[in-house]
Amino acid sequence: MLSIKNLKVSINNKEILKGLDLEVKPGEVHAIMGPNGTGKSTLASVIAGRREFDVTSGEIIYKGKNLFDLSPEERACEGIFLGFQYPVEIPGVSITNFLRTAVNEQRKYKGLDPLPASDFLALMEEKKKLVEIQSNLTKRSVNEGFSGGEKKKNEIFQMAMLDPGLAILDETDSGLDIDALRIVANGVNKLHTKDNAAILITHYQRLLDYIVPDFVHVLFEGRIVKTGGKELALELEEKGYEWLKNG
Amino acid sequence: MTENTFKDKLISLFDDNFRANFKHDTPHVHQLRRQAMEAFAKTGFPHTRLEEWRSTNLAKPLALEYVQHFQPLDEKIDIEKVFQCEVYDLDTYVFSQLNGWYIYKTLPITTLPNGTIVGSLDKAMETYPEIFEKHYAQYADFRNNGLNALNTAFAQDGMFIYVPDGVEVSKPIQIINIINLKENIFIQPRNLIILGKNSKLQLVNCDHSLLHKASLINSVSEVVIGENAELDYYKMQNKDNESTMVASLYFHQEANSRLTSNTITLNGGIVRNNTSVKLNGQGCETNLYGLYLVDKEQHIDNHLAVEHAAPNGTSNQLFKGILDDQAQSVFHGHVLVQRDAQKTNADQNNKNILLTDKANAQSEPHLEIYADDVKCSHGATIGQLDPEAMFYLQQRGISQDSARMLLMNAFAEEVINKISIDPLRERIDELVSKRLKGELTICDQCILDCSGRKPVKFDIDLSKLS
Repeated sequence: MLSIKNLKVSINNKEILKGLDLEVKPGEVHAIMGPNGTGKSTLASVIAGRREFDVTSGEIIYKGKNLFDLSPEERACEGIFLGFQYPVEIPGVSITNFLRTAVNEQRKYKGLDPLPASDFLALMEEKKKLVEIQSNLTKRSVNEGFSGGEKKKNEIFQMAMLDPGLAILDETDSGLDIDALRIVANGVNKLHTKDNAAILITHYQRLLDYIVPDFVHVLFEGRIVKTGGKELALELEEKGYEWLKNG
Repeated sequence: MTENTFKDKLISLFDDNFRANFKHDTPHVHQLRRQAMEAFAKTGFPHTRLEEWRSTNLAKPLALEYVQHFQPLDEKIDIEKVFQCEVYDLDTYVFSQLNGWYIYKTLPITTLPNGTIVGSLDKAMETYPEIFEKHYAQYADFRNNGLNALNTAFAQDGMFIYVPDGVEVSKPIQIINIINLKENIFIQPRNLIILGKNSKLQLVNCDHSLLHKASLINSVSEVVIGENAELDYYKMQNKDNESTMVASLYFHQEANSRLTSNTITLNGGIVRNNTSVKLNGQGCETNLYGLYLVDKEQHIDNHLAVEHAAPNGTSNQLFKGILDDQAQSVFHGHVLVQRDAQKTNADQNNKNILLTDKANAQSEPHLEIYADDVKCSHGATIGQLDPEAMFYLQQRGISQDSARMLLMNAFAEEVINKISIDPLRERIDELVSKRLKGELTICDQCILDCSGRKPVKFDIDLSKLS
């Protein structure tokens, strides 16, 4: 589904990713862990299509398409979803209007007619329950004045509405209390099928108590230095990243 | 023609007409004309050497030739056939002016069932001389202001509205001002609006031009808001690119009165809005909002002057603009807090989005404070659409064009949401969207034959945004 080969990425002439390889198959959940500043968010941004990075070598193939040939919106329409670490506040754009536009633009990309308003509203009601968000939240402007937990729940709500093939959740667990974490994780678990995949970027093992990954990768100084099963996360929690550095 | 020859021409035109025309003047108004003309002879037209006019140059429109009428053209015109208001489901009392003259089917002055008087200023002068004695030219200073002087000297017609004490006018009053003449025209409308104590009025003022000849408008409005009265004032400006409009509004607020003014400029050649408010009694509330969408060579200048003359007053200014092409905008907000105006709360804010490198926005908030116990703030931003928000929207599959449209609409929304008349707000919202998409033309409302004219469009050059 996703195949990353020898990816090297710089920003302002500083190399952040130094030859990264990653394979993700349908139905899998991957966790990428590692200390701050090792390139975890850079990886997420480059897959999603942020422009401020220079890709100096390598390729990212998603469902047979080279992502570097696609704009951010085309990648989204192909099924790539980025759950933002810091969701942006957009005053004046209601969540309903935002999502209706997004859903219909994605449908247009696939050659489908816009979703009738009643169907769209029914879909929203259904997905709201999934992430336990208050019904009046969708009338508010996107993320404006939301608490940290509301912002992250809103990311998962959008993911539910857009039904992506590959969800990359960039530190979705940071800044969440235990209840919000449980809701967010439940949402991700319910949305997971044998046909889609998720990449969880996280610092802490805590999230992985709720979402059990198939693979855990450790990203360190721009490379994946170790890959294992879910038990690797526990080992990291216990021994810290220093253990890898020395080992 | 230079400004000076125009000025000389106006002076002799005044002398020629002083006796023959201005027939409905009260002695008071008649005398004011003469004084005003003397003042104009001294001050003349504003020019860019004046601080207040540094950024808006009238030299070009003043160099053109215009006709001026001292009588309404005797055209039997059915306004509904010429002009259809875009805000169609708005239930209002509608009154119209054509080329600066109040037009009516039966009576020049109408008294609504609740006692509110609406009609032609020309006729009201004769009928209600005591009101004119008390209020006319009391708020719009002409001694040091050339354009006010010129208007006071020449003005013959305009709207007169009088809301008696305690009357809450149930439906909005809508005034449609249309310019429609096959020659270049110079008009100077004059409006006088009085709200009695504890009264309430919503006023919707629409400025349109239908033919594409040059027009020069110098309008002066004086609005008195009595004690504990409330006025919502909406000004919709959709003029063609050949028009020059200086619209000067003077609000005089008595104690505990509330004013909300919202100026939406969808199109216009040169537009200068002078909005002055005096919070004369204590506990007044003033909200001045504005939105301008300009492109091509258009120039919009909002000059605001708010004077807090009494304690416990609150004033807010929020003006937002989107500029494309070589368009220029000026925001000049001045708040003066007098020594006695303790506990004043004043805020000024101007935000602009520039869509091109050549568009230019000037923002000049000023505070002048003589009281010591006040809370005043001001802010101004000039920038592009937020790239983080753009990426966020695109990451959800929204195309760059749609994302820009969403953000521009959202930017405008903050001002549009202040409109308290629901159908008006919804319609303005649609008009603004149409304008931003380049679909609104000033010909939209017009069924006259304008063949051969290209519609005015708001072409946003999307390639210029990263």
